[in-house]
Amino acid sequence: MSKHISSLAPSVVVDTAAARVAVSQLIGRISLRARGDLAAVGKAIGVELPTQIGACAKAEGIEVACLGPDEWSLLVSLDQIEKVEDALAALYPSLPHSMTEITGREVTFTIEGPKTPDLLSIGLARDVASIKVGQARRTLFDGTTVVLWRDSDTSFRMDVWNSFAPFLATTLETGAKELAAELA
Amino acid sequence: MIQIHCPYCGETLPELEFTYAGEAHIDRPENPSDQTDDQWESFLFLRENVKGPHFERWRHAHGCGRFFNAVRNTITDRFYITYKAGEPRPDLATLLEEDK
Repeated sequence: MSKHISSLAPSVVVDTAAARVAVSQLIGRISLRARGDLAAVGKAIGVELPTQIGACAKAEGIEVACLGPDEWSLLVSLDQIEKVEDALAALYPSLPHSMTEITGREVTFTIEGPKTPDLLSIGLARDVASIKVGQARRTLFDGTTVVLWRDSDTSFRMDVWNSFAPFLATTLETGAKELAAELA
Repeated sequence: MIQIHCPYCGETLPELEFTYAGEAHIDRPENPSDQTDDQWESFLFLRENVKGPHFERWRHAHGCGRFFNAVRNTITDRFYITYKAGEPRPDLATLLEEDK
């Protein structure tokens, strides 16, 4: 497993009445590119791959988002990641694909609170409402490519590359404070 | 801001998520070694530089990552259609007629 080299340790970035932003615990991540018999891939990793861009699927210890026509992002609990990697490696001879572990590449911000959609709209080019609950999208936030998962109306997770994380944390912190000031 | 329809995502999204990738439907020669210097020059460098409806490539860089084709009016920035890479070139006269 690659070493976690994030400059941001799990912690609360900002906590206001408007929104709370925190850096999540380390979680296993895999970038998967595959074509052809997707059912076989689904069987190997234990969750069916969604084929609609933006759709997600979930099973015990694993979460999948479809980012492109042949691309998926997998969030896997740390105790299962080797099992998933082995299962995909075993599938490789019959179904060539690309599986890259990117655990050390990204951190996740959890963003929740009543003003979360407003907070995201400060940096998001697209309409926050176009991402439905239970979906995920790769998109642009404040000039940075992120993967945004919507868990409920007011709670999101944002996967960010390590090198951009401190910058985006600052953006989110400023935004959350501004929105809280409006509430007060 | 221009709104662009991504044929892979099926969504109409802000221009910021996309990048322009030059003129579309330029096929690489099947036998590159048979080409003359003039043909290579034309393949590599010579472009239509259309004023008006232009067949061009775009990439949904901050989204699904796919290249696709579009017909855009270079004067008004209006997109007549976007379609997946590899699909045949749509008939321009029909497009312009439908857009009226």
